[in-house]
Amino acid sequence: MELAVTKECIRGDFARKVLEESGTNVNLCFQCKKCTAGCPIAYEMDVMPSKIIHAVRLGQKDLVLNSKTIWLCASCETCTTRCPQDVDIAKVMDAARIVALREGVEPKEPEIPAFARTMVRNIWWHGRTFELGMIGRLKLATGQFLKDTGLGMKMLWHGKLSLLPSFTDFFGVKGMMARIKKKEAEKK
Amino acid sequence: MTDAKTTFGYYPGCSLHSTGAEYDISFKAVCEKLGIELQEPKGWICCGATAGHMTSKLLAAALPVRTMSLYEQAGISDIVVPCAACYARCKAALHETAHDKELKKDVDEVVGRPFAGKVKILNPLEVFINLLTPEKVKTLVTKPLTQMKVVCYYGCLLTRPPKVMQFDVCEYPMSMDKILRAVGIKTLDWSYKTDCCGGSLALTRTDIVVKLARDILEEARAVGANAIAVACPLCHANLDTRQTEVEEKYATTYNIPILYFTQLLGLAFGVPAEDLAFKKHLVSPEPLLAGTPA
Ligand code: SF4
Ligand code: SF4
Repeated sequence: MELAVTKECIRGDFARKVLEESGTNVNLCFQCKKCTAGCPIAYEMDVMPSKIIHAVRLGQKDLVLNSKTIWLCASCETCTTRCPQDVDIAKVMDAARIVALREGVEPKEPEIPAFARTMVRNIWWHGRTFELGMIGRLKLATGQFLKDTGLGMKMLWHGKLSLLPSFTDFFGVKGMMARIKKKEAEKK
Repeated sequence: MTDAKTTFGYYPGCSLHSTGAEYDISFKAVCEKLGIELQEPKGWICCGATAGHMTSKLLAAALPVRTMSLYEQAGISDIVVPCAACYARCKAALHETAHDKELKKDVDEVVGRPFAGKVKILNPLEVFINLLTPEKVKTLVTKPLTQMKVVCYYGCLLTRPPKVMQFDVCEYPMSMDKILRAVGIKTLDWSYKTDCCGGSLALTRTDIVVKLARDILEEARAVGANAIAVACPLCHANLDTRQTEVEEKYATTYNIPILYFTQLLGLAFGVPAEDLAFKKHLVSPEPLLAGTPA
């Protein structure tokens, strides 16, 4: 998808939403492309990080939210660290994912948000990450039942996965998660 | 004697209770040798890791704050957090709640426990570097590890972004090198100290992690390392548990053991190898530790 600037996208509220979630001013970007140059995942991305930043400025919501890039970003913070203009690119990626999830945009890399959701649900249940249960639920969510099964068995053998979940701070966590959900709903 | 602090709160996080158990075990063994007392209040929860900040800014800040408030209420001001992901999430939550009043208000409301933000979050490297005085080293080091040629792999989370982490030199940290050298372990110079291993993409886009892990292993081999020292359970998982997959995909053999720097310290201090959980690694370090060339 190419950058096509229309009055609609400039007048739209996408750039404002990203600013609200990320707290970073993308207008400072002068397109030096240092972020892209240092990104370890750029080789797999469909839209380069510097282009994501430019697209946010121009309100190109569809291009950003429909990219693989926002999901593939590993949050390694190399870009944020090196940007000469103090643009927090990693935060912009997070903000774009949050907006995409909130607005129900179908993710181009569906397994990645499925994993994040599974993990959050895991925290809801256990207060902690119960890896074995999480892997099971991820398999249910993605339908990839055989992926990593051999490795999983090896890890069990070496005592790297615990078999029993904990239930820490059970009611405390549930109360907090409910309050977060309510606050998030108010924002929409 | 130094008058450095020796009592700390301990937040192990989820990984150190499962995939990163070796880190937990060896960290505690080193603390015992150094006379560090750890306090772990009951009820700490997950830091949210990548799933938190990927889905909600509020959730990402609230999870670590709930845990940190637990320590604050127990009167603990300095918390050691060995897992680099938990360490980074706690520091980010402290930074964000200190700089974003609106977020701080929301966090306070949802966490439901008061939090003044007065705690200090530390990683084991910064704790140990202050305690490892030359006199201490002299009395503690009993085992020479001259066969080791180690590259220190710090990963993404300990130093980036520097504004938030404020730890070591961001693109070329030396703290782990200095600690290992102090106890007589040779560490080599290399340019992948803070490159990314792909982190949690391991479970979703394994292909990316396999490629990034290969770049790291390749460089380690190129500079002549026979082991990689790490301080993060995610880095460990990606370089150790995925190493066979990397070897299969790229038709090569590395056989480079990935060791927590605390395991190496423990060994140097004379802790028996059986007590440092080397058996949990998928790439066995045993031949190397026995002094026989791999
Ligand atoms: S490094 Fe910063 S200024 Fe340069 S292109 Fe990326 S966001 Fe823009
Ligand atoms: S944080 Fe994301 S976009 Fe930035 S360098 Fe890392 S992977 Fe690339």
